[in-house]
Amino acid sequence: MIGAFATLVGRDLRLALREGSALGTALGFYLVVVAMMPLGLGPDLKLLSRIAPGILWIALLLAALLSLPRIFESDFEDGTLEALALGPLPLELVAAAKCLAHWITTGIPLALMAPVLGLLLNLELAAYPVLVATLISGTLAISFLGGIGAALTLKARRGGLLIALLVLPLYIPTLIYGIATIAAVITPPGDAVAAFLILTAISLASVVLGPLAAAAAVRAQLG
Amino acid sequence: MPLALVATGLTVERGGREVVRPLSFRVGAGEALLLTGPNGAGKTTLIRAVAGFLPLAAGTLRLEGGEDEREIGEQCHYVGHANAVKANLSVAENLAFWAHFLGGHEARVDDALEAMALGDLAQVPAGMLSAGQRRRVGLARLMVAPRPVWLLDEPTVSLDSASVGLLALAVTTHCAAGNIAIAATHLPLGLDKACELRLGVALEAA
Repeated sequence: MIGAFATLVGRDLRLALREGSALGTALGFYLVVVAMMPLGLGPDLKLLSRIAPGILWIALLLAALLSLPRIFESDFEDGTLEALALGPLPLELVAAAKCLAHWITTGIPLALMAPVLGLLLNLELAAYPVLVATLISGTLAISFLGGIGAALTLKARRGGLLIALLVLPLYIPTLIYGIATIAAVITPPGDAVAAFLILTAISLASVVLGPLAAAAAVRAQLG
Repeated sequence: MPLALVATGLTVERGGREVVRPLSFRVGAGEALLLTGPNGAGKTTLIRAVAGFLPLAAGTLRLEGGEDEREIGEQCHYVGHANAVKANLSVAENLAFWAHFLGGHEARVDDALEAMALGDLAQVPAGMLSAGQRRRVGLARLMVAPRPVWLLDEPTVSLDSASVGLLALAVTTHCAAGNIAIAATHLPLGLDKACELRLGVALEAA
């Protein structure tokens, strides 16, 4: 069973590597949204510095949102999902494998790009390590909760917009504790460790619960 | 106990309408069942219900002589209208993935390629294949991991007559080994020992 799980993750990583364009779109979108902020808000370095963590987080959520339909869509369209559903791996683990592959191919690259974009927003130096740490932890929740939305909208036309409505509210706790962690580091007092642990707890809970819900949604879509 | 797929009073509803009327049949080891009937007769619905994608509205379905702890769907290969072939992987990579995922042996990939006459195309990205060739890759998946029941929904779509022959040979070999095949088809597959189940028109004007 572990072998089948690893095989599926490996195949998804290989496909993402060959297609490439999906990751490029997400990274490009992230860059463009963040780069437009200073243009829209004016060159007030203090203001930019203060709102930089929030912008970096929200723009990342939106960029990740763009890539969510990819988790199940192509497998659903070409019939692979049906064959996977009849495989030896429970559908919950199939969903988990696909969300994990999404995290590795989209979540982590986006999180690693965030510090580069932080330069555009005059992010405080002390915030860089904690920004990356919160984003890597938070993107885990983004991928695994996103799988639910991706599975629910498989048969919907223009599912992308529907995914945003379904999934963005689920990201609110992650966003709150991600920002709280960074804020506690930049402007003490505040308990950064506690906020980070809650953020990670939310992510780990998503890793467990997301695939259960996603698998139930996929089952309904296949019927 | 020899293998047998037994349906008793099988009924499947879609959107509150009975698409498959109460239906009883028994397919024993080594037998192939051909589902025929006009469009909308419920062939696809019946096959998807056997695979476990659709719930049964009534009746029972048993696989005698199968593995009790695994669901019937897990002991089936299902080939639907789509081929489950990834355009960005080569033909051999596609089949190797299924071999690993379904718990077969990678050594069977070569046999499967040969059985579907895909040997020359093994390294070609599946996205560059014609519709018929892609169908053959989809059918080759049946052979990389052994499973007792094959469920084939219109397996001959876009195949040329030579490929239909290969498919018929594959199904015959599969059944000769004491397994079961159920195929919904409009074309005769050229099978010797096949029973035919004619489904009526289920979608009558109300």
